Amino acid sequence: MPPENKTPLGRRLLFLLPVVAFVALASTFALGLGHDPTVLKSAMIDKPAPAFDLGPVMANKPGLSRADLGGKPMLVNFFASWCAPCRVEHGTLNGIAASGIPLVGIAYKDKLENAQHFLGDLGDPYQKVGLDLDGRTAIDFGVYGVPETYIVDKEGRIRFRYAGSLTDDVLKTEILPRLAALEHP
Amino acid sequence: MIRRALLGLLLALTLTGPAWAVNPDERLADPVLEARARTLGKSLRCLVCQNQSIDDSNADLAHDLRVLVRERLSAGDSDAQVLAFLQARYGDYVLLKPPVDPATWVLWFGPAAVLAIGVGVLVVRRRPVPAAPAPLTPEERARLDLLMAGGDE
Repeated sequence: MPPENKTPLGRRLLFLLPVVAFVALASTFALGLGHDPTVLKSAMIDKPAPAFDLGPVMANKPGLSRADLGGKPMLVNFFASWCAPCRVEHGTLNGIAASGIPLVGIAYKDKLENAQHFLGDLGDPYQKVGLDLDGRTAIDFGVYGVPETYIVDKEGRIRFRYAGSLTDDVLKTEILPRLAALEHP
Repeated sequence: MIRRALLGLLLALTLTGPAWAVNPDERLADPVLEARARTLGKSLRCLVCQNQSIDDSNADLAHDLRVLVRERLSAGDSDAQVLAFLQARYGDYVLLKPPVDPATWVLWFGPAAVLAIGVGVLVVRRRPVPAAPAPLTPEERARLDLLMAGGDE
């Protein structure tokens, strides 16, 4: 009998261990490559939206309060006139408004006249807009940077948060399927 | 004169402490509360810069959170209540020191577990201590003595 066959099967499997460990580590790292550490998971998912009552931004539109959320699934968008990515996503927001999806806005730490100019220049896609002057409502939502967009269900619970600029692509892949699932569970 | 001034400036620079981002207008008048706010601020992550505490960060959100921490302390919250308040909104991530729970067991106990496995392998794989050789028989002893005596036979 050749000498290598004397090694018991258990011992020989042990030699596979480094290979298995390497593959496990390599696949963990490979998965990590596609992970963006700046995108945080929201701690508010499935919690009821926080209480707030914000004054109006536009003269022709009421402000926004907690009572306006719920009833039907809707989008809550945090924006600011000083925020460049907010300008980038504004076209997508106008598209959302045109397609009839309920969308409300919260101007984050913005000056009233700046927010008014912003919406006057780029279009006002919101059914209601509130001014969060001190940013406390945003903190209660768990906002860590504008723009952020939340899906609130008909019970007024936060179901999804998208941090960053909305694009038509993001809308199609991340937002619309979730809204549809909430509309027709 | 200029050299003196420069030297003075250099000396003054060596006296500066770490540049905390806590601004004078944020500080509380009560030194006890302010000290608690500093301790809390060092243990809370700035969510914008992510690897700085809110005390270290100049980000706008960090400023707002520092003010919020001070407001809650002034309102009579305990340190734990302040942390829970922020944890409810921003999750465990806002804490620079992660809590011990099943999701972080690997983080907290992983190194000790790996060490234990290593020690275990060492113990299991330890070679048996070889038995002491049997004493020489009288014949062997006699032969050895003969050889040691340098006999060529």
